[in-house]
Amino acid sequence: MTTRVKVKKHQRTREPLAFPMMLYAVLFVGVSLLYIVGLSLMTRGADFTAGAPYGLQNYERIISPLYVKSLLQSLRLAFFTALFCMLLGYPFAYFMAKASPKARTWIMMLLIVPFWTNALIRIYGWKILFSTSGPINAALIGIGLIQRPLRLLYTDFAVQVGMIYAMIPFMVLPVYSSVERMDWSTVEASRDLGATPLKAFLTVTLPMTLPGVLAGLVLTFIPSIGLFFLSDLLGGSNTMLWGNMVHNELLKSRDLPFAAALSVVLLGLTGIVILIYRRMGGRAESMVF
Amino acid sequence: MPEERSVLLSLKGLRKTFDTQEAVSGIDLDVYAGEFLTLLGPSGCGKTTTLRIIAGLEMPTAGAVYLDGQDITGLAPEKRAVNTVFQNYALFPHMNVYKNIAYGLTMRNTPKKEIAQKVAEMLELVQLTGYEKRMPSQLSGGQRQRVAIARSLVLSPKLLLLDEPLGALDLQLRRSMQQELKRMQQRLGITFIYITHDQEEALTMSDRIALMREGKFVQLDTPKGLYERPQTAFAASFIGETNLISATAQAVKDDEVLLDIAGFDLPCYDSDWITPGETLLLSLRAERLHLSCEPVNTTCWVSGELVESHYAGGERSSTIKLPDGQLLRARSTTEGEREPTLGSTVYCWWNKEAGVLVRDDREDA
Repeated sequence: MTTRVKVKKHQRTREPLAFPMMLYAVLFVGVSLLYIVGLSLMTRGADFTAGAPYGLQNYERIISPLYVKSLLQSLRLAFFTALFCMLLGYPFAYFMAKASPKARTWIMMLLIVPFWTNALIRIYGWKILFSTSGPINAALIGIGLIQRPLRLLYTDFAVQVGMIYAMIPFMVLPVYSSVERMDWSTVEASRDLGATPLKAFLTVTLPMTLPGVLAGLVLTFIPSIGLFFLSDLLGGSNTMLWGNMVHNELLKSRDLPFAAALSVVLLGLTGIVILIYRRMGGRAESMVF
Repeated sequence: MPEERSVLLSLKGLRKTFDTQEAVSGIDLDVYAGEFLTLLGPSGCGKTTTLRIIAGLEMPTAGAVYLDGQDITGLAPEKRAVNTVFQNYALFPHMNVYKNIAYGLTMRNTPKKEIAQKVAEMLELVQLTGYEKRMPSQLSGGQRQRVAIARSLVLSPKLLLLDEPLGALDLQLRRSMQQELKRMQQRLGITFIYITHDQEEALTMSDRIALMREGKFVQLDTPKGLYERPQTAFAASFIGETNLISATAQAVKDDEVLLDIAGFDLPCYDSDWITPGETLLLSLRAERLHLSCEPVNTTCWVSGELVESHYAGGERSSTIKLPDGQLLRARSTTEGEREPTLGSTVYCWWNKEAGVLVRDDREDA
């Protein structure tokens, strides 16, 4: 009873301190979201304007093979991005956390430094790598694996690789922080109780670092649906991801309300993913590294 | 008689070096089946490392570990019939009590029915029936402790290693868990190797105590032997409260040494390593000293000035300054005493066997 009273008191004293943060959230997140939702219910006018008639007409337009196909393509790409980021990022994060503090600093640098370079420049790097006369094709021809250069650039494959490349730090960092927080004596205990190293990993290390993995999956999946410049630069003409759709409607067709409706769908998807994440026991704190 | 019992575990010339630091420097030990052996020592003396080597969690730099006569030095921890209760319990936080206890059996592919039965038995043994569904985070320290023990005992190991299992508990719980553990050990007949830095815990629970210091055994003895007949100054001062008084051996006769302490002639039982003329240390337990205001008619006594005296109910703790300046701390009974006055001359006496000659290893540290 006394503890309950204490907790309440404690929370109450903290509430005023949280107020500026809440104001910030309401102003910059809440208001702009409401604006987008409102906009999505309007009809386009001339030159970036929107107005009556109001209704669900924009959403009706979305239910068409073109957009459904784009949505599925986006989800598939995001799914594989998250999956490969996990498969590649987990071991990376694991060994990074187990490395000596000195080695850890270096690996962390290798992971962070590319972020200081403009994302577009890094994508152009991939363009060079993937081009017909680029190093990948040259190497494959060099070792005699292929006769003529492969078409790598402007394919879904290129987009997928670029996406994994761009997203992998968002998997590595939360996984790293959960591996780093591991109490390794539990792994020793599992070995002591008869688990082989593999079984100890599967039954103890993996479940205990799962919050990091879940956070990583969410952090890689969600942005992957919306990233448009990657598929613009690396993808072919038929790579139309959801992000590209929003981008095109906004800047090419200049249809603000329709772009807003597409964005609302994306928001809804994000909400569902977060909901699933919470259901699986994920916590917002795990995403902070 | 320990000699008649079979040896379960043997450590031979065990050494472990971390970088340049030697944590274990040459340990030989035979542990008998059913024994409760305690590794006692200050922190950093190598007791945990020794335990981890036995568990297979650490590879020795040199030496060998034998379990039941088999060399298990290179064996992985999961292949040893040895289980460990870790210092911080190391319970699996993502599993409930039932799954924690069942873990080892699951790893052995024990049938589900048998697991359920054995876990139930264990829960009863550690008095946690009904807690199956609780997560470790929902348990108190004492309960976690008991789950950790049950998790290891359920595998019926030949040898259970316990690394300061009661270290995180408060004093009262500690005392009751000590008795509980000892009862469990006797009932199940499992050999325990127990680590503690609490001398009282070691004395009350163990069959034998290995007192460790800087990676070596200082003395391996029964609790009584360690307390009554310490061999070195370190052993004497680590356990209980003792006075280490410098003395000179005057003569060695039969089984007796005649000592000179501050001008008093004091007989003492011989230790075979003494040569006349040598300067020695005599260990005198504070509570084995008696205090008197009048001269006493015994063989072992000294007198000096009473410089400090505190009445503490059942006993009086006093400091006596000998003529040569050495201080003697005594915890004498207050029963029927005549209250001594500070500054007066008091007589301090003891039974001959209460004085033990010890080797001076204080400088070694």
